[in-house]
Amino acid sequence: MTLETVLLVAAALFSVGLYGAISQQVVVMVMMGLELMVNGVILAAGAFWWFLSPEPTGQVLLLVIIAAMTVEMAMGFAVATLGHRARGSDMTDTATELKE
Amino acid sequence: MTVIGDILFWLVGAVAVLSGAAVFWVNSMARATYALAISFVAVGLQLLLLDQAYLGIITILMMVMEMAVMAVYMIMYMGMNPALMPMSMVHDKRLSRAIAIATFGLLAAGIVLTPWPSGSPLQVDDVTLALGEALMGSKMLAMIVLSPVMVATIVAGVSLSLPRGRYDRYGDDLQRRRADDPQPGGVGR
Amino acid sequence: MGDTVFEVAPGWAFVAVALLGGLIYLGAVINGLLATRATGRAPSAALRWPVAEAARLLRQRRRSTVSADSLLWRIGGAGMLIVAALKIAVIPLGQWTLFDFDAGLVWFNAMDTLVWALIWLVGWGGNSAHALVGGYRFLALAVAYELPLMFALIATAVGAESLNVGSIVAAQADLWFVVWMPVAFLIYSVGAVAFSVWGPFASALAPDIAGGATTELSGVDRLLFFAGRYGVLVAGAAFAVALFFGGGFGPLLPEWAWFLVKTVLVLAAFIWAGRKLPLIRPEQFMEVGWVLLIPAGIVQDLVVALVVVNR
Repeated sequence: MTLETVLLVAAALFSVGLYGAISQQVVVMVMMGLELMVNGVILAAGAFWWFLSPEPTGQVLLLVIIAAMTVEMAMGFAVATLGHRARGSDMTDTATELKE
Repeated sequence: MTVIGDILFWLVGAVAVLSGAAVFWVNSMARATYALAISFVAVGLQLLLLDQAYLGIITILMMVMEMAVMAVYMIMYMGMNPALMPMSMVHDKRLSRAIAIATFGLLAAGIVLTPWPSGSPLQVDDVTLALGEALMGSKMLAMIVLSPVMVATIVAGVSLSLPRGRYDRYGDDLQRRRADDPQPGGVGR
Repeated sequence: MGDTVFEVAPGWAFVAVALLGGLIYLGAVINGLLATRATGRAPSAALRWPVAEAARLLRQRRRSTVSADSLLWRIGGAGMLIVAALKIAVIPLGQWTLFDFDAGLVWFNAMDTLVWALIWLVGWGGNSAHALVGGYRFLALAVAYELPLMFALIATAVGAESLNVGSIVAAQADLWFVVWMPVAFLIYSVGAVAFSVWGPFASALAPDIAGGATTELSGVDRLLFFAGRYGVLVAGAAFAVALFFGGGFGPLLPEWAWFLVKTVLVLAAFIWAGRKLPLIRPEQFMEVGWVLLIPAGIVQDLVVALVVVNR
């Protein structure tokens, strides 16, 4: 386990998530892709902290990333709920214009 | 790092990536959601291997909850119910795959070619205590910013997704004594 | 104690699991005794009943439903027992613990959230309407009880100034936390009974939906699930002892014996209370949880924090 190997795993997670985020048609699936990308970022930040950071406070970055993910998920669900109520669908293709 | 640590790392790393890929591979929404949960649990365990007890466990805690809720949304909002009829729900599949592979190639090249400083992993006595003291001390600004963002998220999420406002509940002049709710609450309001 | 809590060799995990199994049996017997007292049958039936039921389920042929998601179903059925075992790993029995973990309290909380997933998976896997309704009911309930439970756990962590369960026990050498954090204890009890899908919080398994999430469970899956449910209740009781009842502190008896005695008493209290209280519907409890329990938990945390700062 070296910094390079952990980062490679993180990069793999990020890329898989990226594939999902741009290929999926359903909002919730897109969000899952985004979450997977953030998952990779969490791992990378953890690895940077452990291998490189001179001080223990680098963990704060991780906490911020996790918090950003919760915000993403809460707003994503709220918008998906709103979109579903407005037009009975949650396909990204139909959400290209925001007016009803 | 011990040999056991190395083996654990590769095992958990493989689980994280493979279950992450399974999210877009399986055709059952429940399986996709819980594959993502497993991926997060694996990353949480990786963080434990990297000595971040609190953050690793918090990741597991939050993500399992989140995925349990996510499964509900998945099933609620999939209009044509691919749970029963597997179908392809992707667009631009080939292009997306190419972009993803290219991204990984770029990142991997950057990771391998960058001359990382070869410091030995630092030893902190109590990582959780250090995090707490950082949050309440030198890095307090992060917490100060995060808190209102979280509150704003709650308020925005509720106001975006709530179909009924107080006029629906208490009447146009807000004079109704008891709220008119489709589901009565337990406190009797 | 506390400083003298030390990790035992991993091999002792078997002993811990055996102990968990014994307490699961005891929990089923206590429940049986209460049932026989209520129905007027001979109390000896309560001793036989868990064994007989286990033997019946072990011999029962596993039923399945059309296009059941067997993988997720099996994970959900067997998972409860595993969660119970993982929960007790961080609890110190006297001065021994399997896993002396910095963030033991958060570990326990993370295992709680696994129950969310497991009950829903049991409900989903069977591909049956009633079972899925049960799974959804539990998730609705879980959103209501989990946050108050977190605030209750925070109170003990603040009181002990540590997330380590051994340190939390050690901090109660003079005064048990239940004495000066009664609200946190009540909220914790609600949470512990709720994540065991027990008593008033058993609407996910209620008779009105033909057994809810467990409708289609049969044979060994059913045995594992219900044993796991008692296991989670046992873990909840043991953790209550560690957090609020001073762990192994007590006169005369050795620490491990006190711990077990207290655990059995709390377990019996949970089971008794669960049988006495009426079922609460998830949407009713939602408002109770968010309007009453969360503010109560925050006030309790504030009081504890003030005491800790000023002592």
